[in-house]
Amino acid sequence: QKATVEVLDHLEHLALVDFRDAEGVERLQKAIQFAEQLHEVNTDGVEPMDSVLEDRCLYLREDDVTEGNCTNELLKNAREKVEEYFVAPPGNIPLPKLEERETFLQGS
Amino acid sequence: MGDKLSQQQRDYEVQMVKIFAGYGCENCNYFLDDMEKLYSVDLAPWVPVVGLEIHAQISSNSKLFSGSQVQFAAAPNSLVSFFDASLPGTLPVLNRRCVEAAVMTGLALNCSINKRSLFDRKHYFYADLPAGYQITQQRVPIAVNGSLSYSLCIDNKMSQMVTKTVRIKQIQLEQDSGKSLHDDTRNQTLVDLNRAGRLGLFSCFLEPDMCCGEEAAAAVRELQLILQTLGSSQAVMAEGQLRVDANVSVHHPGEHYGVRTEVKNINSLRFLAKAVDYEIQRQIEELENGGTILNETRAFDSKLGCTVPMRDKEGKQDYRFMPEPNLPPLILYDAKSLPANMNHQQVVNVDWIHERLPDLPSVKRAKLVERYGILPEHSFTLLNEDGLTEFFENVVKQTQMKPKKVIGWILNDLLSYLKQHSLIVKESPVSSFLLADLLNLLEKKEISSTAAKQVLAELWKGEGKTPFEIVKEKKLELIQDQKELEQICQAVIDGQENEVMAIKAGNQKVLNKLIGLVQRETQGRSNPVLVKQLLEKKLSE
Repeated sequence: QKATVEVLDHLEHLALVDFRDAEGVERLQKAIQFAEQLHEVNTDGVEPMDSVLEDRCLYLREDDVTEGNCTNELLKNAREKVEEYFVAPPGNIPLPKLEERETFLQGS
Repeated sequence: MGDKLSQQQRDYEVQMVKIFAGYGCENCNYFLDDMEKLYSVDLAPWVPVVGLEIHAQISSNSKLFSGSQVQFAAAPNSLVSFFDASLPGTLPVLNRRCVEAAVMTGLALNCSINKRSLFDRKHYFYADLPAGYQITQQRVPIAVNGSLSYSLCIDNKMSQMVTKTVRIKQIQLEQDSGKSLHDDTRNQTLVDLNRAGRLGLFSCFLEPDMCCGEEAAAAVRELQLILQTLGSSQAVMAEGQLRVDANVSVHHPGEHYGVRTEVKNINSLRFLAKAVDYEIQRQIEELENGGTILNETRAFDSKLGCTVPMRDKEGKQDYRFMPEPNLPPLILYDAKSLPANMNHQQVVNVDWIHERLPDLPSVKRAKLVERYGILPEHSFTLLNEDGLTEFFENVVKQTQMKPKKVIGWILNDLLSYLKQHSLIVKESPVSSFLLADLLNLLEKKEISSTAAKQVLAELWKGEGKTPFEIVKEKKLELIQDQKELEQICQAVIDGQENEVMAIKAGNQKVLNKLIGLVQRETQGRSNPVLVKQLLEKKLSE
């Protein structure tokens, strides 16, 4: 599977990564090829494993209030705050379309 | 004769199209509108399809994955732990109470409970989602394949109710996001994470089995009552504890489902019905004018009563679902699979929960109907108003009047007063004790029902007087003295020669006029049944 410009553009939108140069794209391509080797294994009738923790017991916590109330500490990390709110831009600022942004992908 | 035939013909054709269309509820105007069109222009009817995504906040002390408190309207960011703020190095720890609430709800909604369910991450960017993903249960949720039964009145007549069922696709536990306040003047968004990391939400997905706003609202109302009865969620829409997104599409019968839109920002049941109906109408008009429907998210504008495209939600989202690596599978047990050596606190036993489910609204209604002999639609109204059932039962306990008669006073008189003054049952100035007292006077025939209504109006003022005191004060007692009544009856008979002749000639209806005259003479203080007897006796002499 080749990492087409459409796929790379889609990834840049979704994950806000930046395939800055040919080397970055090449690295991604190699990673895809490496992972594709997994398809050579016959997994018919085998349940997929998502985690080595799958046999562990999921710990259940009692419904008690044990934390919170640390507004000042949390807000210390914020660059901008208003009263006790975190401040963010007015909405998602979507990545401009491929044609309109400066990206290495334009050239490919 | 000719007119009648063509009417019959019309009715038959209407029936045929309805059968052919096969969908829709008795209340939908879409088919009637389309009937009109059918006769003037040859257009096929539209079938609206409505599915719902319902998010209910679980009623618990602490959050789904952290030990922060759950509380409405607290100081911003005061109920936030390091995990809720998504600081690196923090991990989710599942709250047992939320699991129990989800199981209870799943069982109440006839779902299959998955003894092994999994958690996933749903990725998207938004200022109130600090982690950049939401922990949810997309692949294998805690409960699947259930059903919700609800009732509708036909043609707004309470006397004709029909039961409908909507399938439930799944119920899943998931985190709530924080809250954003949009400050347009300063072009910024203020973020409060108190809500973040919260419950669940159980997201409850209703299959597209509904066809109009009224069905959607009725289904959600019943779900609300169920959740409140279980105690798994307080489900108050106004406080954001119950949020509903509607998925709406239209298609021609026999064809594939049309493109659907998602409608968000619905804050009440009334707006839900309006939003759904508006969207259906908009889609039909758009398609009839040759346009197309975009698969988009729209917001309901309650002021304008319409849906508008939402910003920030362009195109189809790719959520890049992946298993939540920090949470192993959630295992539930039942009586058979109960592990011997496990810590009691770590075990959630589905059978144990099932045995302890309270009576659901539908069961409560059936019991009320059976126990008190009231009509099904009465039971609906009783359950629909918070505290009304209790009030009714208290009155019944304290009075000799039959429940079938008491219910009339509760639903017609008490409830209409409450509605007029925008009061809830708890705020009623007339207690069940006072009402029972009044009804006893009526039952003992010490006052007439007209007088009783007058007394109730006085009681409503809440001046602390008892019914008996009001009756004495306003001289509303029925005349008990037979002789006095006889005299008055005689006087009326003597003064109405023509009417007397008519009655003797066989016209019984005129008797009512004489009864009315006696009532007037006695200022409503005569028992009409007794008066009728006396008059009849005198007239036959």
